[in-house]
Amino acid sequence: MATDHREAEQLVNTSDSDLQEAEFVETNEAPGRCDSAVFAKTDDLDDLTLNITNGVIQNHRGTITSLIRKRSKRSNTPRDQETDADLTNNSNPSEQDIANSIEQSELSSELSEDEDVKNGLEDLSLQDTESAPEEAPSVTLIPSASESDYVNSLEWKQQKKHIFILSESGKPIYSRHGSEDKLVTIMGVMQALVSFVQDNKDNLRSIVAGDHTFVFMNRDHLTFVGITRGRESTQQMLLQLTYMYNQVISVLTHSALTRIFKQHRNCDLRRPLSGSEKFFDNLLNLMDVEPGLLLTSVRCLPLDSSVRDIVSQTIVQHAKVKDLVFALIIAQNQLVALVRMKRYYLHPMDLHLIINLINASESFKAAESWTPICLPKFDAGGFLQAYVSYLDEECQTCLLLLSVDIEAFYTLSECCTKIKERLNRYNALTAISNSLQRHSYSVQQCSIGDLRHFLYKARSTAQYTSPELGPPYNTPDQQDRLFGLYHFLHDKVHSVSRPLKLLYHVGQYETLLGWVTQGFELYAVFGPLVTKNIAIHAVNKLLRWIKREEDRLFILSSVTF
Amino acid sequence: MKSLEAKVVVLGSQGVGKTSVVIRYVGGMFSKAVSPTIGASFFTYKMTLEQYRVKLQVWDTAGQERFRSMAPMYYRKANAAMLVYDITSLDSFYDIKDWVKELKKNVDTPIVLCLLGNKSDLENGRKVSKEDAEEYAASIDALFYETSALKNMGIEDAFLQVAKQLIHLYETVPNSGMGGMLNQGQQAPPDVFSSGAGGGDVASGGMRLTDGGKDGGRGDGNCQC
Repeated sequence: MATDHREAEQLVNTSDSDLQEAEFVETNEAPGRCDSAVFAKTDDLDDLTLNITNGVIQNHRGTITSLIRKRSKRSNTPRDQETDADLTNNSNPSEQDIANSIEQSELSSELSEDEDVKNGLEDLSLQDTESAPEEAPSVTLIPSASESDYVNSLEWKQQKKHIFILSESGKPIYSRHGSEDKLVTIMGVMQALVSFVQDNKDNLRSIVAGDHTFVFMNRDHLTFVGITRGRESTQQMLLQLTYMYNQVISVLTHSALTRIFKQHRNCDLRRPLSGSEKFFDNLLNLMDVEPGLLLTSVRCLPLDSSVRDIVSQTIVQHAKVKDLVFALIIAQNQLVALVRMKRYYLHPMDLHLIINLINASESFKAAESWTPICLPKFDAGGFLQAYVSYLDEECQTCLLLLSVDIEAFYTLSECCTKIKERLNRYNALTAISNSLQRHSYSVQQCSIGDLRHFLYKARSTAQYTSPELGPPYNTPDQQDRLFGLYHFLHDKVHSVSRPLKLLYHVGQYETLLGWVTQGFELYAVFGPLVTKNIAIHAVNKLLRWIKREEDRLFILSSVTF
Repeated sequence: MKSLEAKVVVLGSQGVGKTSVVIRYVGGMFSKAVSPTIGASFFTYKMTLEQYRVKLQVWDTAGQERFRSMAPMYYRKANAAMLVYDITSLDSFYDIKDWVKELKKNVDTPIVLCLLGNKSDLENGRKVSKEDAEEYAASIDALFYETSALKNMGIEDAFLQVAKQLIHLYETVPNSGMGGMLNQGQQAPPDVFSSGAGGGDVASGGMRLTDGGKDGGRGDGNCQC
């Protein structure tokens, strides 16, 4: 650690030498810190390494089964027993599989010099038009000339980021751009690359070719491939692929996924997944604009702490129902309140899947809904049942009640009616909609001169805050570029080979400062002409500002039923 | 005025217009951009009919394959099932037969069936003839309507007839005769209706769901897990 720190300082010292005058004030108490964790604690570095993620999934395995078992003890009807038995069967994944995949992921290598790989790459980038897959198994889509043209078009090749999911046997499951039906050949090449390396008891992790990075991830008989020419690093792409994997699990459960491939190695996974394509699409779009996924943390809707207390206390009082594990209110991708069962935590990655579910479907706006959802970090082995209902006419504020009781709909619907009525009486819904209309806060409100934008993550609570995007980041292009800068900064700071505590980087159009401590991560963007001294002063001032506002910006107390 | 509360489940393949039909009936409108249902959506509709305050609890289920295993949860307790197909899709009509088979196998309480051929405004693309559908509906003892959620045709009628049948069912399964009905074979009555809160004398008592009734409809091994 000591050497890392020195390196960080060297980086800081490269351009000018007025550092002595300014010092970082590392506050004892990082803003947004709280001792009673609101979410499951995260460390994104852990999440990025495959073997650890598998371990994390195992952590909560069987939670749903045990909760259901508890429930069936209370009311010992035959119905419960059967559900119990079903769930027990399902949540017995072959431990061997997991052990294997851990072993595999420990062996890794970069193979950009390999001749075979080079050939493969040519195949990947220079698809011949005549090799359009005629024999593609078309299940839902009628083959159309325009689709196969698109896949061979320059436009397709120039997409900034491609994400593919394919099965172990090379069958296409999902493609972000273009119909996966038309991509049988290219996916075959990808699978060939993966298998070739696996034959040597090794694992293909990434390939760098020109300005493209190809990242591969194998998990549970599935191969996830991400190709980007953006600023995402291999690690960051792996995180994105992990989100995609989690989304698959969220639809199917890990148990069902392994069962499917145990029964039919050749199974076309598109059938069980059909209808969930838009959740994959939407998740990828979220990843392009929402820093929370990169930071594995959650943005809270800015609210006076008194209002937030009213909201969570209302939920506690009126949703005190057995088997209810999580109750949360979400407004425009931001968390308003979260109440959880004692001892159980919601992982931010799971929360992002929930947000994605709400965000991607208009269906919930029509009526109250009842749907199964698997939260991979909570328990990949089974489904929770989600009661989903919007609380306001405008369909902005959404209540979710997650239970293990499959019969709980009517009870939860009554809870929702009461919660809605109380929140209206206390004007809490108005407060929420006012906060939504105010659009968070602008960076000017922090009144720090050269600061253009920042991301601040409180590590202990896994929450982050950032101002809205103002000039010069008010066009999609500029926002994209800013997001690229954050990717760059985040990657440099969290670099596996050389993690930094501090990075001061003078770029062409802006100056970047990244700072990671035990308590927080801060990524700040300044104008290009700022000096180090000013930047450091600004950051210290910013921390004080966040500290002042922390009641409003973060959920600091964890509420349980 | 007596009260009656009945559960109606809407079943059918993906994209036949189940949600559109329900929204047209309950909400009185049509939206071109209906998003595929996730899980199942719950609507209620109240009406007054033949001296009854009828409250329909409508479960609009998802047509997507991945939610198929959830269906038993909804139809097991239903008093009526609306089976929706798309008149321009032969497959969606054949799928109805699977649904009927499944219902016959797993539901042994009396249930009102209603077959709906939706998208009747798309006469040009018709693949399922009205006669075939009528014949099939008769063979399974179901009501039959061709409907258009877009043009608002047939839907009002269909739900009205279903409600009438529900009242009929309710009246022909009197409280006192329940035990006797069980012995008559197919009809296992007790859990047909749960009474409304203001149900007064007639509705009170034995019309609520009982545990015994709950278990009657299962044993199919199709349990959602």
